[in-house]
Amino acid sequence: MIRVNISKKLHLPHSSGELKIDTEVESRSFTALYGPSGAGKTSLLRIMAGLLKPERGIIEVNGQTWLNTAKKINLPPQQRNIGFVFQDYALFPNMTVEENLRYALPAHQSPLRLQELIATMKLQAWANLKPDVLSGGQKQRVALARALVREPEVLLLDEPLSALDDHTRLQLQQELLRVHQQYSLTTLLVSHHLPEVFKLATHVIKIEEGQLLQSGTAAQVFGWQPQGDGLYLTGEIVSIDIDKVRILVQQSLIIIKHSAQTTHLKVGDKVTLHATDLLLHKLS
Amino acid sequence: MQYQPLWLTLQLALITTGCLLIIGIPIAAWLAQSKFKLKPAVEAIISLPLVLPPSVLGFYLLLAFSPASGLGEFLNEVLGIRLVFSFTGLVISSVIYSLPFMVHPVQSGLEALPGSLREASQTLGKSRWQTFTHVLLPNIKPALFTGIVLSFAHTLGEFGLVLMIGGNIPGVTKVASIAIYDEVESLNFKAAHVYAGILLVLSFCILIAVYIFNRHLTRSRLTV
Repeated sequence: MIRVNISKKLHLPHSSGELKIDTEVESRSFTALYGPSGAGKTSLLRIMAGLLKPERGIIEVNGQTWLNTAKKINLPPQQRNIGFVFQDYALFPNMTVEENLRYALPAHQSPLRLQELIATMKLQAWANLKPDVLSGGQKQRVALARALVREPEVLLLDEPLSALDDHTRLQLQQELLRVHQQYSLTTLLVSHHLPEVFKLATHVIKIEEGQLLQSGTAAQVFGWQPQGDGLYLTGEIVSIDIDKVRILVQQSLIIIKHSAQTTHLKVGDKVTLHATDLLLHKLS
Repeated sequence: MQYQPLWLTLQLALITTGCLLIIGIPIAAWLAQSKFKLKPAVEAIISLPLVLPPSVLGFYLLLAFSPASGLGEFLNEVLGIRLVFSFTGLVISSVIYSLPFMVHPVQSGLEALPGSLREASQTLGKSRWQTFTHVLLPNIKPALFTGIVLSFAHTLGEFGLVLMIGGNIPGVTKVASIAIYDEVESLNFKAAHVYAGILLVLSFCILIAVYIFNRHLTRSRLTV
């Protein structure tokens, strides 16, 4: 169980406010920190990692105190058992892929861990290459593998897939889910990509302007519960014409008729689609 | 024509560059990450030799090193070190004079690195020292190389400061630039030509090496 209760003054490009979060995260859950840019999601993740210090607060992870400003406890990142994946990957350009992983290996740990991670993350082909020649998706795989070398309890992901194309993104979402389960991690993912949140997260914390708006399952937070059979999709409205509403779901465009139920919607709104009475044909 | 001034110049430049590596890199590292209020003042002091006539710096150092001053007296009486008109004095003043040539490139190199590299190393459990030696320094090789070469080349070309602090003692403080001045004063243009030619070619080769090395580094980073 992770308990977080922090407050920190934020200095954002367009405004200044306070990040005030009081919440709990179950061990081994996959939690998404969801909200618009500048809401304070990344700041919260950095506070968890010890890279940013809040003015006041407590962070407890499985009974261990990482931060308690009243008692002047603030463990440095080195002493927090975390894996952190940065948005820009932060791979060390002077080291090969394998050296990046080896650097993360603590002295007491067996080097077998490296070989296992290289195999798990399918990095064999690039193990001796420098990160500069890798594609975005490959770099992110390496960054994820490197973050797992220390066998962290908590995996912190700062929009790790935001710079990737849709195809790579989908592949890496699967990888994330796989390693989350395989290594029994408590994972916190910063994302403002709704389908990703729906797909990965068992728990969602919605943050806006530094405040925790809602916390719960994706269905609870986004006010939508699947009821009955049928097809459920989540997407974003990309355009509204006189008679048509276009919705982007993953890489597919879905067009529906403008009607009474769509009049209050605007471009950019996140929506769910529900279709019943689906026809099924067996392919010969 | 003697080769001793050239040899002395090389010795001075090598020792000065060595000292600058030891002193300049920690200062640059501190400046690159410091949020200290008086940081601009520290930066200005380090940069002063860039704009100050060498004779001005030489004059103040001469006063400070002279046995008549507190510092000079202490060094002379207690430690038995005489800095004025000595090779040690030349090294110390050269280090001060060339400090910005080491600190500036290294500081800029460190500041240009993404902060996430340092943070990633911290989250991997590595100390500040490990992060600095294994991640930060190896990734600013071009800046380090520029700092080393500029400090070396700048010390080769010193004149005013050397004249003020060291004078013109053969084998002790008579470096190549002083020797050129000396030969010209004695209308011995041939010897002056040789000294000047060697300094010119050496300086040019050093700078060419910097540009070739940095270009090679940039390319090699892109092709593994």
